[in-house]
Amino acid sequence: MKPTPLTRSALFVYGVLALVFLYLPIVAVGFASVSKARYLTFPIKKYSFDWYGKALESSTVYDLVASSLKVACIVTIVSMVVGFFGALAFARYHWRFRGLFQKLILLPIFFPQTVLGLALLIWFNSVGIIPTWHTAVVAHLVWIAPIATLVIAIRAYSFDPALEEAARDMGASTWTVLKEVTVPLLMPGVISAGLFSFLLSWGNFPLSLFTTGADSTLPEWLYAKMVSGYSPLVPTVGILSIAVSVVILILAYIIFCVVRAIQQNRLRASA
Amino acid sequence: MERAERRQGFLSALPLTIVLVVSFLAPLLVVAAFSTMPTKVFDLGHVPDFSAYVTLLELGYYRSLLWSLGMAFAATAILFIICWPLAFAMSKVFGKFAIVITIGVVMTLFVSENIRLFGWVLTLMKGGLIEGHLRAWLGISFENALYNVPVIIFGLVYVYVPFMLFPLAQGIAMVPDDARQAAADLGASRWQILKEIDLPLSAPGIVVGSLLCFVLSAGALAESKLLGGQAVIVIADEVETAFTYSQNWPLGSSLAMVLILIIGTLAVVGIGKVNLDAIMGRKR
Repeated sequence: MKPTPLTRSALFVYGVLALVFLYLPIVAVGFASVSKARYLTFPIKKYSFDWYGKALESSTVYDLVASSLKVACIVTIVSMVVGFFGALAFARYHWRFRGLFQKLILLPIFFPQTVLGLALLIWFNSVGIIPTWHTAVVAHLVWIAPIATLVIAIRAYSFDPALEEAARDMGASTWTVLKEVTVPLLMPGVISAGLFSFLLSWGNFPLSLFTTGADSTLPEWLYAKMVSGYSPLVPTVGILSIAVSVVILILAYIIFCVVRAIQQNRLRASA
Repeated sequence: MERAERRQGFLSALPLTIVLVVSFLAPLLVVAAFSTMPTKVFDLGHVPDFSAYVTLLELGYYRSLLWSLGMAFAATAILFIICWPLAFAMSKVFGKFAIVITIGVVMTLFVSENIRLFGWVLTLMKGGLIEGHLRAWLGISFENALYNVPVIIFGLVYVYVPFMLFPLAQGIAMVPDDARQAAADLGASRWQILKEIDLPLSAPGIVVGSLLCFVLSAGALAESKLLGGQAVIVIADEVETAFTYSQNWPLGSSLAMVLILIIGTLAVVGIGKVNLDAIMGRKR
């Protein structure tokens, strides 16, 4: 039942084409961002980085980046903590409402975010909270905390409960078990969850749209400019926003390597 | 021991449950309450009269709903067909290359959806990446490819590829190779193996992927606005207009409630059918 070499190569070509399809629009934005012309047409006649200079000088861009960053950082920290415990309840412990809990946390992921954003706006309004970037944090959490939980849960499934029991049998308190056994074992999952949380919050548009009030995040500003009042800054700011994601990914990779090295050192020291 | 584990399970679930009660259940209840209020009120202190639902029927909002559901159905079907071979290859053929595809697909999730859709506008517009180069190099020209229904469905397919691909790949990975091998040894054709082994055994992945894509596409907004230029008005757009431009919260809420009920029913039924421990890889 092994696929024939012909099928194999056809599938490889298909895989490469799928990646091209996924990245083509991003490449188009990249080209547009280095066009000198105010009104964009392809093929691009004159390349220049002028709009990058303008974007970096603009105080609007700084405000947008600041509110996007604040939201993403808080969402990341809260999602990591909440997701860590959520994943234990999801995958590790046997308790009465586990099945219900597993299903409940999937519901927000299976939900149109635009509608959720509007529902949150009305809810904030009816309890008298004026939307600012703080409320956007709550909005992002509804979608991102469950995803973080699932990411950590994958790790928690492959975790041997005997390790915790052994520590407890040797007289460790619940707190010590958590700190010395559970947290280090789930750490890689928690780091990936944090990475996902940051990047998903950074790029999220439908939830921010209705819940940031007067503060605006980067994706919102881009959308507003695309729908009305196109500015040549749109592709440039878009690419800058992607660049931030890439930098974060690289940083996360470095952190990941450092954590692994520390864990291996600890193992070697105790062996 | 048993009891300690139960208590720990409950306590660990608590923080996430609180987050979801505050940011998911409470807003939905408020929307449900608003949908029963008289027209154009901005607080809940009125006698419920359900007039918004009557308006909704009279003004023909079902058209937007049908467009959204129809396009979501088309997008889901197309996604299933184009993602199946790739998902199959990722779990059975590619080996290390599967990781490249996985990372490549996940990375697109981290680029804001509207930047990517804007990229398609630049690619498909007249004078865009495709038409502009074709005209300059080959002298071929075509009219604007944007602002119609197929391009909206195309946008939905593009945005939701990861949501179909990963559950499918996970589902296919659950099909034991032995079962496929045995079927082949017994003389089953490729088609029979697909129909009798692959599809039924990877059903959990198919259910999760199709459900995610359908539900998310049915509530999508940016695709029809950016690529479709509002060639058709989707239901999420009607909801937004009712809340923002027309300032009619009860009408917006009742529209949202109809969408929520359809999507909620599908999601609850679909999720209920899936064994999450099995799909996420519990070995015990």
